[in-house]
Amino acid sequence: MENIYLDHAAWLPVDTRVLKFAEGFLKNGVGNASALYSFGLAGKKVIEEAREKVAKLINAESENCIVFTSGATESNNLAIKGTALRNIKKGKKLKASSIEHISVLNPMKELQKNGYEFNTISVDSTGILNLDELERSLTKETVVTSVMYANNEIGTIEPIREISEIVHKKGGYLHVDATAAAGRIPIDVQNDRIDLLTLSSNDIYGPQGTGALYIKKGVKLQSVLPGGGQERGLRSGTENLFGIAGMGEAARIAKNEIAQESERLGKIRDKLIIEILRIDESFLTGHPTQRLPHHASFRFSRIEGESILLNMDMYNIQVSTGSACSSKTLEPSHVLLAIGLKHEEAHGSMVLTLGHSNSIEQIPKITKAVKETVERLRGLSPL
Amino acid sequence: MAQIGYSKKVMEHFMKPKNVGEIENPDGYGKVGNPVCGDLMEMYIKVKDDIITDIKFKTFGCGSAIATSSMVTEMAKGMHVDKALEITRSDVATELDGLPPQKMHCSNLAADALHKAIEDYKSKKK
Repeated sequence: MENIYLDHAAWLPVDTRVLKFAEGFLKNGVGNASALYSFGLAGKKVIEEAREKVAKLINAESENCIVFTSGATESNNLAIKGTALRNIKKGKKLKASSIEHISVLNPMKELQKNGYEFNTISVDSTGILNLDELERSLTKETVVTSVMYANNEIGTIEPIREISEIVHKKGGYLHVDATAAAGRIPIDVQNDRIDLLTLSSNDIYGPQGTGALYIKKGVKLQSVLPGGGQERGLRSGTENLFGIAGMGEAARIAKNEIAQESERLGKIRDKLIIEILRIDESFLTGHPTQRLPHHASFRFSRIEGESILLNMDMYNIQVSTGSACSSKTLEPSHVLLAIGLKHEEAHGSMVLTLGHSNSIEQIPKITKAVKETVERLRGLSPL
Repeated sequence: MAQIGYSKKVMEHFMKPKNVGEIENPDGYGKVGNPVCGDLMEMYIKVKDDIITDIKFKTFGCGSAIATSSMVTEMAKGMHVDKALEITRSDVATELDGLPPQKMHCSNLAADALHKAIEDYKSKKK
């Protein structure tokens, strides 16, 4: 039976072109990029080329604005803690949308324990940030505000341009986690006036274990990983050449193919949404139009998400859920609760995220599997 | 090594659960859980001479909630009610070749639902 992978928000296979480009750096190596002998200089060149490619993906003003990290979690930590600690004279207030990834919320909570003030800003039932509330809650002491470009669980794209205007009116810094959005929709950090932007290599079909943080020229940060002073002193540790070279190449390919691929996946997504919403008591989660082109998320009443995931796996189709039962904490997704779902509604969620391997021909198989899954589980349910 | 994912037996009971449904005029009925918490179980039993002759369940919940419901009905069918009351939470998990640590509470629910149905039967008999 053909395997249909629909969990591209969780993990992506490395693009074979990326692998071909970067594998030499893993197999043969090019020396420690800090060394001055020619072998080391070659490594340095690889990193600087990758930096340029990543800068182009988000239209950064200079490649020097890109710092490589070990992934989105580290980029988020560096952006939030690094900026808050370095700019402590400005103030000790932090804001984030209530649907941020846990790697944004937890660094803020950690700072809160150390004397900072932290509040979340609510979103509406489609996941769009409440801009009035944002404006009201910001003060001159708000040093970092963090709002994601688009949400990984409900696909909603935030009005970043408007958010950045509001944040800058009060003189604070705007951090944007673009893990879910990068490579899916065009991002222009200059046009959006973003101060800090998180990128993940694997989420653009690059190798795992690498990420980047865009830091606007003039924004000052403190390192959260002190050591040998690599990456302008902001991220010490011998550079991961394979990961960085791969991320650069993945960024170059994404930049070239973004328009074509988002149109292709958008068509599959639209058809999937139409077909799946034909099921009784099925609902779309997230925004109906302001959503990522590869993202379709739903909830079904009277059934539970982990059962949906397991049942879909029997059709060789991999999906995701925000149900409590699939989490380590046994709490339902904070994102689904933030858009106003009740606990029992949040339990019945299913998220489909598309990628390179998906095609329009797979739609009938996917919709049939979803329909049969919902039907079978409802047959077992006392509700 | 800690158990990762579900055992083959859990998946068998999840995919092909035994004794699904309801019993009209049951001799005992038990309901545990809460949809707010993500699982709800209903257990129906038919009893003759203190022997469980028929048992059915309906479950809203995760894979292990469904599998443990199915497993506990298989274990209890044909059993004396007093013996069935002795089925512990960990007995169900053991029969299923184990459950991941964070899923152990699901096996609690299945055994609890069975015990509740038996207590209901006993209270009616009095």
